[in-house]
Amino acid sequence: MKKDNIALTRRKLITGLASTGGALLAGCSSKELPPTYGNVLRMGDLLTYRTFRMLLPAQSLAREYAHGDISSSPAVGNTNPADSQQPTFNADRGPLYDRLRTGDFADWRLRVEGRVARPASFSLADLKRMPARTQITKHTCEEGWSAIAQWTGVSLRTVLDAAGILPSARFVNYYAFDDIAEGIDMLDALHPQTILAYGMNGRDLPLAHGAPLRMRVETQLGYKSVKFLERIVVTDEFDDLGKIGSLQNGWAWYVGI
Amino acid sequence: MTAVTLDEVQQRSVGGHTRWVRLSHWFLAASVLTLAVSGFVILMAHPRLYWGPVGNDLTPALFELPISRNYKHGGWAAPVTFVAGSNPIVSQARTYDIFNENGWARSLHFLAAWFLVVTALIYLAAGLLGGHLRRHLIPGIRELSPRLLWHDVIAHTHLPMPRARGGPPYGTLQKITYFGVVFLVLPLIVVTGLTMSPAVTAAYPVLLDLFGGSQSARTIHFLAFAALVLFLIVHVAMVVLTGFKSHMRAMTLGE
Repeated sequence: MKKDNIALTRRKLITGLASTGGALLAGCSSKELPPTYGNVLRMGDLLTYRTFRMLLPAQSLAREYAHGDISSSPAVGNTNPADSQQPTFNADRGPLYDRLRTGDFADWRLRVEGRVARPASFSLADLKRMPARTQITKHTCEEGWSAIAQWTGVSLRTVLDAAGILPSARFVNYYAFDDIAEGIDMLDALHPQTILAYGMNGRDLPLAHGAPLRMRVETQLGYKSVKFLERIVVTDEFDDLGKIGSLQNGWAWYVGI
Repeated sequence: MTAVTLDEVQQRSVGGHTRWVRLSHWFLAASVLTLAVSGFVILMAHPRLYWGPVGNDLTPALFELPISRNYKHGGWAAPVTFVAGSNPIVSQARTYDIFNENGWARSLHFLAAWFLVVTALIYLAAGLLGGHLRRHLIPGIRELSPRLLWHDVIAHTHLPMPRARGGPPYGTLQKITYFGVVFLVLPLIVVTGLTMSPAVTAAYPVLLDLFGGSQSARTIHFLAFAALVLFLIVHVAMVVLTGFKSHMRAMTLGE
């Protein structure tokens, strides 16, 4: 278990506290919290989110397991963004993904934009040059099953720092090559175990598990760990991500439960 | 003990159940029914149960329930092998379109869980302060003698059952049952539910050790639900057999 990067710098701490602390204040604007659309289920989700943020100690680490605990892992959801039969297929990015994959992702870039000082794009080689973190953690699917795997990647915080998160930043949203996008608050984004993974069980991330790069959010359910990442967007205000986000599809935005 | 509490005054004058018992009873009943239905829908998405920290379609199940088309479903692509050997570690892509209504079912489950937890806390606080738990639910030492217990068991086997007046005092078996539901089954079901949460177990990993992993907790959660359903069936049967109308009056109007 790596514990070397838990300590936050003062600036990051202030950024994190400002975004989450602000969200917990009674009088905060609705744009600082996920919307409920007047839907009673979404109100329950919001209550759970706010209670967890208020009661649970911030940034505790999810359990990390031993090598011998690694289990088999089903690959569910979209297992190939280039497959036009998949329900989340995107007609523009699907074929693009196919070309990038044919070239072993040499031309693939992760764009980081939005409320950052220096919008940037990173190649796989750029990301692999950054300090790596390897963790053996449990993937919990909303369906009810779980799997333990070893993930290798770069801390999301390292990549966000390279682009320079602005102090007003509150959420980190990330988009895949198919019609999938998700978002997390700054507390989960800066969590030491939230990584951009390019390796799984000691080898390159397999296609069905999100090649070349996927998110790992170990404090939430599996569907926040989006596969086939294309772009990261930092925002000040809550963005429900429209038709490709979980909220408008009837799923909770915060799934720490 | 001759101290007379407010509860007792009300009990003596009107009989039936006190107002807060009636209110919390129906709030809990609605919460438990909503939790049971939404929980069942959640289970339908993955009707396999396991023991230990992990479990999925590619690992052995403790038992499987034939409650949806996902039961032993096929539709898996050829395995990718991470570690070969007698106990291989593989990955398989799922090509089968599973039944999954967890979008609303999970959110409804947690909404009902909030109602359950808040109502149960108010019930416990009022029950402790008003003496309801001590006087009506916790069986006395003398009541627990094997002879009296056996007598109570035999009494429950004779049909037709004698009419009962709604509300306390309760029989010994009745006390043991209510006590078990309030202090064992409901807390167990809440805590095992929380042991499935990645955020809660990150903060309190002791929960994983307590139940032997989140999949064990999920299985215990299901078994506690089964026990609760069994209780509901017996509870409603006893209400019907010992005077449905008077029990309903006691639990609604307090008469």
